[in-house]
Amino acid sequence: MALNSSDIARIASLAKLQLNSDESERMLTQINGFFGLVERMQAVDTAGTEPLAHPVAAFQDVTLRLREDAVSEPDDRAANQRSAPAVENGLFLVPKVIE
Amino acid sequence: MSAPLHHRGVADLARALAAREVSAEETARHFLGRMKAHQDLAAFVSVDEEATLAQARAADAALAAGGAGALAGVPIAHKDIFVTTGWPSTAGSRMLADYRSPFDATVVRKLAEAGMVTLGKLSCDEFAMGSANENVAVPAAGLDAVSPVRNPWDRERVPGGSSGGSAVAVAAALAPAATGTDTGGSIRQPASFCGITGIKPTYGRASRYGMIAFASSLDQAGPMARSAEDCALLLSAMCGPDPDRDSTSLDVPAEDFSRQLHASLEGLRIGVPKEFVGEGVAPGVRAAIEAALAEYEKLGARRVEVSLPRTELSIPVYYILAAAEASSNLSRFDGVKFGHRAAQYKDLAEMYAKTRAEGFGDEVKRRIMIGTYVLSHGYYDAYYLQAQKVRRMIADDFQQAFRDCDLIAGPAAPTVAWKIGEHGGDPVADYLADVFTLPASLAGLPGMSVPCGFDGRMPVGLQLIGNYFGEATLLNAAHRFQQATDWHQKTPEGF
Repeated sequence: MALNSSDIARIASLAKLQLNSDESERMLTQINGFFGLVERMQAVDTAGTEPLAHPVAAFQDVTLRLREDAVSEPDDRAANQRSAPAVENGLFLVPKVIE
Repeated sequence: MSAPLHHRGVADLARALAAREVSAEETARHFLGRMKAHQDLAAFVSVDEEATLAQARAADAALAAGGAGALAGVPIAHKDIFVTTGWPSTAGSRMLADYRSPFDATVVRKLAEAGMVTLGKLSCDEFAMGSANENVAVPAAGLDAVSPVRNPWDRERVPGGSSGGSAVAVAAALAPAATGTDTGGSIRQPASFCGITGIKPTYGRASRYGMIAFASSLDQAGPMARSAEDCALLLSAMCGPDPDRDSTSLDVPAEDFSRQLHASLEGLRIGVPKEFVGEGVAPGVRAAIEAALAEYEKLGARRVEVSLPRTELSIPVYYILAAAEASSNLSRFDGVKFGHRAAQYKDLAEMYAKTRAEGFGDEVKRRIMIGTYVLSHGYYDAYYLQAQKVRRMIADDFQQAFRDCDLIAGPAAPTVAWKIGEHGGDPVADYLADVFTLPASLAGLPGMSVPCGFDGRMPVGLQLIGNYFGEATLLNAAHRFQQATDWHQKTPEGF
């Protein structure tokens, strides 16, 4: 199944990516080229096979840990905000979202 | 007379530094000088001489006082996917061109604790997405414009990727060692293309904390150096559980990966997957691999044929899963907390969309688009879930193969390094070239590339894949091979 240009526009909107028309067209061709490779994967009979997320779980039980809900980090706000595009009084600035 | 400093490996330098034959500062100055002399290779993206020399002087002080780390004073450079407090951390992206991290990655911290001195940060494909280092979007150190990283064996050829700068730094003797990361082959393939040794450990061995995330169920850190002996020392320092910082870090103790380097290979069963030596492999690459396998037989190993029947399927499975994880991980780049923000926008939605359009390069956008699509409503089962199921089948195929062998061998890539621009913006051509590294990545197995010959003037890498936690076996096999051959000691002319 090939994607069309309205699919590309929909996906770009979900992905929060502004694409110009040249980019969208190129993206359409390249992504359809890739999905040509995917057809073989879709044809595989995977009935009864469990999906694998942590690869080592294919070999042994892996449990993802939760750590204690305790404060462990110092207040490092100045360092954490050093690379922020817009900060005022220790707050991140964004365009107005509520009128 | 001993070899010049830049031709000495990590183990050798560590011995010389511990014996105070050479100082850490002298060593650091030597490599800083080489980096400057060869900045046209575009291997480094950031260098800060004063920061490096300060670390070197601290190492000298520790060496003088006694109780210095095992690798005290030995220089290393880090792939610019690891965050560092002392150097910018860009991931090769315009999005992070000015980013300074408030903390060091665990791997960086552990190597510093062992006493290593950071030489700077190394070029890589943007967010580690690429197989040729052609997707870098920030200029190299000392150069004004963005430039492709050049392979020192032939400057018109790519170094491989995504850890291309790391491979070039080691191959051109600008650093004795470098860190790399491997998501689908990004340590093994550039190591192969540049004629150096690199290893990716079992998924979960090295902490991902502070590795700018691409595909979290695949990303693994590992060392790149000039020998298996050096890689063993570096890997031992890099690995170990990081339970509070990385939820996927495995609770297995740190190991001394050098402990069985010298063990005999008598009776070792080396499985060669028939899918790895078929039609798709360049004749010159196949000849080098066959010669390496014959060398192993001389060392007492036994060659057995095995099969990894879903090798080709690993391409769509990997590029679905990695893209899905990337689309999720890269959603954090929104122009608010760090990184680039568009200059003009009318509202928040447009700020996001323009910021991301300006900050990300083509390949990153493509993968975000593919990932967003395969995770979207109505397509999730058909693509993402199906890929996760085939991923398990691929992992099971390896366990089937390991019933008949102790390790698996084959080429790291179907060809040697291609010409810069040769794939001409066809992403699928790059994807197809990853066919031999992707299966072990999907299964989370340790893998390495070891120099084993040349096709024309370009190096060929032998890929060795071990079973889970089998790094010491891999390094043993690689070390014994390097004791019997000198491919790993070849250096490109002029370096």
